[in-house]
Amino acid sequence: MNTNLYNYLLGIADNSLILGQRLGELCGHGPSLETDIALTNISLDLFGQVRSYYQYAAKVAGDNRDEDTIAMMRPEREYVNVLLVEQPNTDFGYVIARQFLFDVYHYMFLTELQSSKDETLAAIAKKSIKEVSYHVRFSSDWIKRLGDGTEESHKRIQNAINDLWTYTDELFHQTEADKKMIADGVGVDTSKLKEQYYKQISNVLDEATIEVPDLKYFQKGGKQGVHTEHMGYILAELQYMQRAYPNMSW
Amino acid sequence: MSEAQIKSLEEEFEARIARDEKIEPKDWMPEKYRKTHIRQMSQHAHSEIVGMLPEGNWISRAPSLRRKVALLAKVQDEGGHGLYLYSATETLGITRDELFEQLHTGKAKYSSIFNYPALTWADIGAIGWLVDGAAIINQVALCGTSFGPYARAMVRICKEESFHQRQGYEITLKLAQGTLEQKAMAQDALNRFWWPSLMMFGPADADSPNTEQSMKWKLKRKTNDELRQQFIDQTVPQAELIGLTIPDPDLKWNEEKGCYDSGEIDWDEFWQVVKGHGPCNKERMKARVSAWENGEWVRDAALAHAEKQQEKKLNKAV
Repeated sequence: MNTNLYNYLLGIADNSLILGQRLGELCGHGPSLETDIALTNISLDLFGQVRSYYQYAAKVAGDNRDEDTIAMMRPEREYVNVLLVEQPNTDFGYVIARQFLFDVYHYMFLTELQSSKDETLAAIAKKSIKEVSYHVRFSSDWIKRLGDGTEESHKRIQNAINDLWTYTDELFHQTEADKKMIADGVGVDTSKLKEQYYKQISNVLDEATIEVPDLKYFQKGGKQGVHTEHMGYILAELQYMQRAYPNMSW
Repeated sequence: MSEAQIKSLEEEFEARIARDEKIEPKDWMPEKYRKTHIRQMSQHAHSEIVGMLPEGNWISRAPSLRRKVALLAKVQDEGGHGLYLYSATETLGITRDELFEQLHTGKAKYSSIFNYPALTWADIGAIGWLVDGAAIINQVALCGTSFGPYARAMVRICKEESFHQRQGYEITLKLAQGTLEQKAMAQDALNRFWWPSLMMFGPADADSPNTEQSMKWKLKRKTNDELRQQFIDQTVPQAELIGLTIPDPDLKWNEEKGCYDSGEIDWDEFWQVVKGHGPCNKERMKARVSAWENGEWVRDAALAHAEKQQEKKLNKAV
């Protein structure tokens, strides 16, 4: 099996899996019916993308693994999502800030992935980017509404951005698998996206009258499977049925 | 307006309904017609959004990615139905905020079925199969109701509900064909959801004071008991087909009547849940109220932002 390609796929898919899972927790509890439906829709898009990646990963693995065993039967240390996406739904400000900080990256990443030499990956990227362009618009609009809304909303979204900023740098870290896939023309060289990422983020934050945090220290570890304490609880729910009733079909 | 004029309007109104014409929001309508429709349509809308809770609670634990995606889509559909029904209700001259207020203070009701807990994955199957199945029977009857926006909403909603019902049945079928453990899970869910599903059709005809007026306005086209019977006759063979047993020892095919005879519903339980003392009434309301209260600053921000944008636009124009 092409281990690098397999690991590269997990690196992309795990982000969407865990973020989708977080958004799924909110269903029925949103601040308005419209935002509730929109967040559920984003979760749905992400899980749809996740299925394509894991189905492909199962094919690459070529053994008895399928999309569900890959999604739900790994131990925590083998999930390689960034720490950003596992952060909790503290309030709607955190939900939007987390989404925005991820969406801008996700959109830029998929834009490049469309020209991957790997045809399957390029096809998944082409399909997904339509959905993600909506995600970026949704979260950017809400950043502006909350930032330039009321005093309270401004304070809350500024807090959320300040707290989550420390997880942004990790988006651009490269694993061994990433480096190999970039060299093969399959993967996206994320180091080239970093400057543009912070520029785009800053533009939206400026418009939203939110201060861009000036931070020197960043958190990392997710890509090596070293997560925050939140992760175990996310997996406890995600894996519950597969663990409690192993080897059954649903 | 003189009494004679009102009387003539009323007569014309009743004649239109008798001719099966649709009543539209701007048409004249008796105050009681308006109020009854606000009550029933908002109750329906509330049921959709409260109904998101028991199923939404299983999104994070769905057993496979395929099931997770389908469940998310289903719950999202319900939110959409809620939105659609609130909008249709607003055409009768009431705001969504007022309708929420009625829900949160307990003045407005929602379907009692959602006050039962969704405890296992099989419950997600049972809810789709039985609860959506019962809902469709109620709703198909409403596609021909006299109030235009409600009738049109029902046509659209019924299409999606019937998809949900098949999806729920398929979840249950898969369990029934699975391991002993899965089959037991499916039977247990059927045991717990059967009677509450029958209660979804409301009190027995003899105890349903609004039925006569509602039939006249075509807000109801069949009585509660007729619809309930239709549900039983439709569902029993579906259970048999997948090897599950309906939890009613009195259930028996009546050759003469051409339908099933069934046991008596526990009406004490029915009224207990309707009056707010079911297993989850308090949790459901708490979840809705806290979503609303925790979301206030978000809604305020959106409003303030929109006003600021509007102001900027005006300043530019000047």
